[in-house]
This record gives sequence, structure tokens and C-alpha cells, in this order.
Amino acid sequence: MAVVSAPVLLAAGLAACSSAAAGNGPAVLNYWSFPDNSGAIQQAVDTCSAASGGKYTIVYNKLPTDADGQRQQLVRRLAAHDSSMDILALDVTWEAETAQAGWILPWTGAAKAAAQRDTLPTMLQTATWSGRLYAVPYNTNTQLLWYRSDLVPRPPATWDQMISDAEQLAREGKPHLIEIQGAQYEGATVWFNSLVASAGGSILNASSTAPSLGAPALKALQIMSRLAKSPAADPSLSVQQEDQNRLAMEGGTAAFELNYPFVYPSMQTDNPQLFKHFKWALYPRVYPNVPSRVTIGGIDLAVSAYSAHPDLARQAILCLRDRPNQILAAVKGGLPPTLMSLYSDPAFIKAYPFAADIKTALLSASVRPKTPFYQNVSIVISHAVSPPASINPSATLGQITGGINDALAGRGLVP
Amino acid sequence: MTTVAPPQAPAELSKAERRRLSEATRAERRFGWLLCAPAVIVMAAVAFYPIGYAIYLSLQRYDLRFPQQTHFVGLSNYGAVLSSGIWWHAFAVTVVIMVVSVAIELVLGMALALLLYYTPLWRGLVRTSILLPYGIVTVAAAYSWQFAWTPGTGYLANLLPAGSAPLTNQWQAIGIIILAEIWKTTPFMTLLLLAGLTLVPDDLLKAAKVDGATGWQRFIQIMLPLMKPAILVALLFRTLDAFRIFDNIFILTKGNNGTGSVSILGYDNLFTALNLGIGSAISVLILIAVAIISTIFIMGFGTAAPGTALERR
Repeated sequence: MAVVSAPVLLAAGLAACSSAAAGNGPAVLNYWSFPDNSGAIQQAVDTCSAASGGKYTIVYNKLPTDADGQRQQLVRRLAAHDSSMDILALDVTWEAETAQAGWILPWTGAAKAAAQRDTLPTMLQTATWSGRLYAVPYNTNTQLLWYRSDLVPRPPATWDQMISDAEQLAREGKPHLIEIQGAQYEGATVWFNSLVASAGGSILNASSTAPSLGAPALKALQIMSRLAKSPAADPSLSVQQEDQNRLAMEGGTAAFELNYPFVYPSMQTDNPQLFKHFKWALYPRVYPNVPSRVTIGGIDLAVSAYSAHPDLARQAILCLRDRPNQILAAVKGGLPPTLMSLYSDPAFIKAYPFAADIKTALLSASVRPKTPFYQNVSIVISHAVSPPASINPSATLGQITGGINDALAGRGLVP
Repeated sequence: MTTVAPPQAPAELSKAERRRLSEATRAERRFGWLLCAPAVIVMAAVAFYPIGYAIYLSLQRYDLRFPQQTHFVGLSNYGAVLSSGIWWHAFAVTVVIMVVSVAIELVLGMALALLLYYTPLWRGLVRTSILLPYGIVTVAAAYSWQFAWTPGTGYLANLLPAGSAPLTNQWQAIGIIILAEIWKTTPFMTLLLLAGLTLVPDDLLKAAKVDGATGWQRFIQIMLPLMKPAILVALLFRTLDAFRIFDNIFILTKGNNGTGSVSILGYDNLFTALNLGIGSAISVLILIAVAIISTIFIMGFGTAAPGTALERR
């Protein structure tokens, strides 16, 4: 039992805590990623290990389920210069801090060119910090407007129109709620960011040195406040995250839902009756003649600065996110790919009937504030805008501005 | 003072003899220290070193991401914490949770202890069932409370009017946290008080009964004074535990919507904001608060405090 070679170990499924390759066997690359229950990641890991021709074996280590837990584990290990991490799956908001701290390696030359080819420009933006590419987009995600065509024949184009439509439905005694993420967490920050960007503004200035906010942010807060105080708001708006939104829509109490595409297959299985009227449109605009800019989400793959095999790790990353593996992740795992050409691939469109709208949304998507202090900035925002019913637009704007100034200076406490 | 004279009763010990004696004392003391040394070393390694390091960190501007920018800032982290409304809010929430939960636990715990003490039947079964919540891992119990109070998944939330989500309302959520604390730790209180009850001599109670004392008088005038040390220990343990409350809040609300305790605040600043300076300052302030609470308890209970009896001897 002592002399089992590495491939045999892998075949036996013992993909746990092997730290280094023994002797001249393939190098072991530890891949730390979100827990994927679809099996897509494990399958890609096995395929890439086999395709490396004995150069490396990738071991998939699962991070905690929630984003905060994932970040805490990665950051703690990186701060301790842990060499047992090679490939890191980073949420799009962590690149700035990990790059600034020197914990991940930049991509240059041929590897960089390969990483950029056919990749969504907005996602590349999330992976770039101070002019250098630090990670490679693996998957992406963005929200669409989902609505009931039996209640609303034509989808509303703006937030004001959507709230008015919902109020009209309420007067008629029909299902009318607007489902959105109002709980005090990252989702509320995403909502605020989408509205500010759609109103033509941004949370931080271009160099990430100070808050920009201003009139677009005020407009965003006015919309959030209007929704929260109207009959269109779900009574449990202040606790709602993506999944509660999905359940409310499937339960039949809502007319509109702002959410990620995972709601589509879910509606198909959970409520086939409603599924017939379950349609989608682009995220509503703030102003009728300014296209909406929804917040982009997703995962970028990066190489740890403490990896013993950085070059092999880069090769492995390019394999893990290549075309077949992205289709696999999209179809099996339900996550939209980052390679643009896939959005016109018939196989992908079959699984993703809304591929064209997702692509439109992704191309004009907005990026969340890019700063090493993103977590602090996000906490300031989510605590200011949630519960949404207590937003007082001008006062809340002042609170956010002051809070972001403190956060960028590393001053004060986070709540 | 002493009436027992040395056998030979010499007026004075010779110098040499005195030195020999003091040498013996010194050797004895040295030996004592040697015996203590392993414990002292272990304590230093596991308690004093981390505390000292936390104090050292609390005097720095130290971001885990940018260790090269670390510099000494004196007491300004303490200034930042103590002048922040966020800290005082968390402090107030913590004190409310501590006072309310410990007060209810004491009354309930005493009632249960008396019940256990006087239960004539199935004493073992009653004891086990009362102790059950204490045997459950706090995090597991907190998760079940969380599910119970979440609309859609929970039986308790379903009892409330539709649309109410108690875990997101500040005072309702604090109430639920207190409830979870009480459910979880009343058995601990009961256990400590039961130990105190067994110290009350039966003869005293019988004598009081003969003298015509009512049940209430026996409880107030005999049981309570005799149980004072046990009550002190129980209250002290629980108050300190309640002040450092973390796990129940972490699972139930994550400290959102104004329900965070000081420990949650420290955790968020250390592990989410990665601000080692501010986070350590918060930890040190919690330690100081704990020390103040203990001092107040020990002083308040005066001679009933454990250990004072030994000194008086």
C-alpha cells in the first residue's frame, strides 16, 4: 500500500490532501474552488490531468459554500504563504486585493494572449488590476428580468414602468410582487451597483481613489426606496436573497423577478404550469434612453504566488477553462461561459434559450468597484441600503459616501 | 501569639541556624517553582503569549493584505473603536443579551434545580432530559433554530402572520438569540445550582421547619445564603459566556440588521476586513470588559467568593 503511484491514487478517487509529487511522478497542482455538486469541475480536472501527458495531476479541493467563507479561507492561507495552493478560483471582486497583496501572479506573454482570446472583455476587466492581467475568466453570470407573460403582455423597459405595472396589478388583485435581493448582503450591493451604473454613474472614480456616486447614486436610491415603499415590494424584501426570490416566483405571488438564469430550469421542474408564461427580458433601464448596465459576476482562475509550479498551473488553468470544459460547466453546472463564441454555439443555445440576451447584458455589464478594500466598501453599501424600506435617499447617500471614504483609507470599523 | 514553645526553647537561633532554615525555605520555594514551571510554561504559551501579541497588534496599523505597510500607531485604534457608534451599538446589544438571558437562566435554572432536587420519581430520567439541550453542539442547535424561524422552511415562522421574517427585525432577532441562549445554557445553570443545593444541610432545613419557617422563608433565608458561592460561580460563568456570545449569533443572523455582539464585531474586523489592528483592539477591549465584570462579581459577593475563605484561615 505504501508504493502506490499517483495516477492510481487519483483513479481510486483519493483526491484529498496530497501535497507534493513523490519522486519523478507528475507534479500535483492543488486547485481550490467553490464546491461544485454538478460534477463538471471534477470531470474537467480529470480530463485535464489525463491530457497533460504525465506533466501534472490536478487535485480539486472544495472551498466552503458561501462566498465569505471561501474568501476567508483563501486569504488566511495566502497570508500564511501556504504552498499547498496552486490554482485559486476567485470571485470577480477579490482580484484587486489578492493582486495588490502580491498573493497571485500576473499573466504575461503567450499565456496571457491565450487567456484573452475570445474572452468576454468585461470579465477580463474584473481580472485586471493596475494594468496587468492577474487571472483568467472561468465562468460569468448576470441578471435578467424574468416576468409572467400571462400578467404582463409586454415586459417593462424601465424601473419606473415596472413598479407602475406592479402597482396596477396590485389594484386588480393579481399577483404583482417584484422579486429582488434586498437582504443585508452582497446581493444588495449588486442591486445598488446595477442601478448606479444604469443611471450612468459609478460607485468609485476611475482610479478607485474616492467615491464618485453623485446624482446617479441618488437616482438609484430613489428607485430602491420607491420600490420598498410600494405595494410591489415583497413583504420579506429585507431578507430576500436569490433563492427566496426564485421560490416566491415559483409560488405564484410575484409578477417580476430580477435574477440569474438558474431560475429558468428550476421553474421548469418546480412549476411546469407557470413555466409556460415564464419569459425573460433585459434588466430594466433607469432612464428610457440609456441602456441598463447589470453587474457582472463570475469566477476567475489565478495562480498563487506561493505555488511551486506556476507555469504548470497556468497550463492547467487554460485547460480547465477551454471550450469543451466551459460547455460542460454551462450545461452541467448551469454557469454561463466566458468564451464569446460559445453564445452562438447551437449546443449551448439549446440549453440556454436566452443566450443572446445574456450576451447582450454581459457585453454592456458593469463591474463592481475595483479596489483592494472592496469588502469594506461592499459592507458599507449593503448596510446602508438594506433594509430598503429605511432608505432616505439623500441621507443614505451621505452615509455611503462617508463610509466609502473611511473604507478606502482603511479607517474605522466595519459593522 | 503561639503557646507551643519549641522543645529546647532557646532564646535565639544562632546565625548559622537561621541561614540554614532560610536556605531550606528557599530550596523549598525553588522546588515549588520547579513543580509549577511546566504549568506556567504551558500557560505562557497558550494564554499569555497570544494575549500579549494581541495587545502588541492592537497598537499597530496592520492590514493582513499589506504587512509591509504596518506601523506603530499608539492607542489610536482604541480611539477609533471607542469613538465609533458601531462599537457602542454592539456593546449595547451584547449587554442586553447578557443581562436578559442570564437573569432568565438564573430563575429558570433555580426552579429546575429545586425540581430535580425534590423529584421523588425517575430522577435520572428527569435529569437527563433537562440536560439534553446542553449536550447538543451549539452550532447544530443554532442551525435548527435558524431553520425554524425562517419563513418557508420553519415550523415556528409558520405560526407567525404571513410575510413576517423575525430574524431580520433587530429586536425580534435579538429575542430569538436570547431564547436560543436560554434554551441552550439553562441546563448548565441548573447543574451548578443543583451542586449548590446539595451543600445545604438537611438538618438546618428540618430545624427551620420545626421552628415554623414557611417554604419561602426556608428558601430565602437558609438555602440562598448557603448557596451563595454556587450562585456566584454559576452567574460568573454564565455572564462571562454571555458577554462573549458568538456562535448563536453567527449562525442565526451573522450579526446583520443590528444584532451583532462585540465578539461578532471583532471577528468581522479581523477576518472580513482583515484589519488586525482594529480587530485586536476590539479583542483587548472585550478582555478588559470581562475582567471588569469578574471584579464586580467578586467584590459584590464579598466573603462568599470562592477562595476568600482560604485567605481568612
